[in-house]
Order: sequence, then C-alpha cells, then structure tokens
Amino acid sequence: MYDWLLFFHLLAAFLLAVTAVTYSAVAFGSLVGGRTLFVADRCWDVGGLGTLVLGVWLALYLDQYEIWDGWIIGAIVLWLVATGLGDSVRRGIGASEPAGATVYDRRVVLMHWLRTLAVIGLLVLMVWKPGA
Amino acid sequence: MTVLAAIRPDDWNFPLFIHVLSAMVLFGAVVLAALAVAGNTQGGLRLGFRSLLIGAIPAWIAMRLSAQWIASKENLLDEDVEVPAWVDIGFITSEGSFLFLVAATVCAGIAARRGHGGGLRTATVVLVGITIVAYLVALWAMSTRPT
Repeated sequence: MYDWLLFFHLLAAFLLAVTAVTYSAVAFGSLVGGRTLFVADRCWDVGGLGTLVLGVWLALYLDQYEIWDGWIIGAIVLWLVATGLGDSVRRGIGASEPAGATVYDRRVVLMHWLRTLAVIGLLVLMVWKPGA
Repeated sequence: MTVLAAIRPDDWNFPLFIHVLSAMVLFGAVVLAALAVAGNTQGGLRLGFRSLLIGAIPAWIAMRLSAQWIASKENLLDEDVEVPAWVDIGFITSEGSFLFLVAATVCAGIAARRGHGGGLRTATVVLVGITIVAYLVALWAMSTRPT
C-alpha cells in the first residue's frame, strides 16, 4: 500500500515537472504550441491534485508523521503558493497578444520562476523533512 | 514496516535531492520534446531538439551521476553486496534509455535543420515515447522496490 501511494505521489510530482519545464521553455522565449501548453496545464491540474491528496494520504498512513507536522504544513503552504502563481501565469499567457507571442510580460515570467522555485522548495521539504 | 520505509541517513539527502530533481527535469524535458515534435511544425521540431539537447541529456547525466553517488553511499557497489532488483532495474532502464535519448536528439536535430519532419519526426516521437515508458518503469521500481 505504502509503495503504491509513494509511486503515484511521485508520478504526480513528475507531472508538475512537465508543466515547470514547458513553461520554462516559454519563459526562455521558445514558441510553444497551444496544444503543448494545454497538456502542460492539465499535467499541473492532475499533478497538483495528486501530490496534495496522495501526500496527505501518505502522512496519515505513516505512523511517524502527523498532518500538522511543520514540514507538512510548510509543503501545503508552498503547494498553495505554487498553485496561485500557476493560475496567474496561465492567465497571463492566455491574455498575451498577439496569439503565439514569444515575449511575455516580465511579471508573468517572474511568476513562472517563482512557481518553479516553489516546486523545488516542495522537493526540498519532501527529502529533508525538517523537524520530522 | 511503514516506519522503516521512510527512514534514511541524513547524509543521503543531498544526492537523493539531486537525483529526484534531475529525474523530474529529465521527464519534463522528454515529455515536452514528444509534444513539441508530434505537433509537426518547424518551431515544434526546433523546440523538441532543444528540449532534448539542453534539457534531457544534461538532466540524464545529473540523474545518473547522483544515482551512482547514492548507490555508493548505500554500499550497493561493493563487491560482496547483492544488488537489489529495483536498483538493477533503475540502472538498466536509465542506461538503455540514454541510447534512445541520443538517437532521438540526433533525429530531431536533423529534422529541425531540414525544416520538415517526415520519417525523422516519427522516429523521434517513437524513440522519445520509449524513453518515457522506461522512465515510468524506473519510477515504479524506485518507489515500490520490487525484490
């Protein structure tokens, strides 16, 4: 049970990486097709929900962790920050004119990098588990 | 059992972090390459090639070196140690997939240079698709640790 929860939790995290890498290409000025961005956004939706639900499930399943542990609360806060930033990036890119633009508002690009940092921060918390 | 499963020495954390981070970047880069090349536009071919060359190959190198680092810390590389099946699966899938990754990069590069896809585009999509399946198998092996 633990193994499969961990597998799907990691798989969900890897889907977040698809989004982060795709939007990094956008941030670097690559012309990324609408279909690719659509898939990247769906990866964020599925990966975001999967990491949160399976992560909480894992915390409840394992005896030595509690849902109110500092590193788990920190991860949930980072997850919320990353999701909020992701929504802003999605809206910012969707609002860009003309369609297919490769240069975006600097705030949109900044929000993308902050979201990517939040994802890396989540990984740091998952590996080091400070306070656990 | 569930307690033991989540415990490891602190000095394994940094190589594990690099290993997982580079594996995530690798996975993201190959999926982006597959999507971009499958789109069959000149921009898509270029993006797919760059994603493989600048993203996937360096990430693969970081992932593989950090895997070796962790295996060394776990003493899995010692002569008298029987290597667990899940470690073997990880090494086999990563090393095997590297050949596909390099071949896909070459195909995507030539297709991008010519400006049209054709058979090279199909070859890139197939090769990248095989690497994605290999990485999913490796992810399954790393997390479920079959004996």
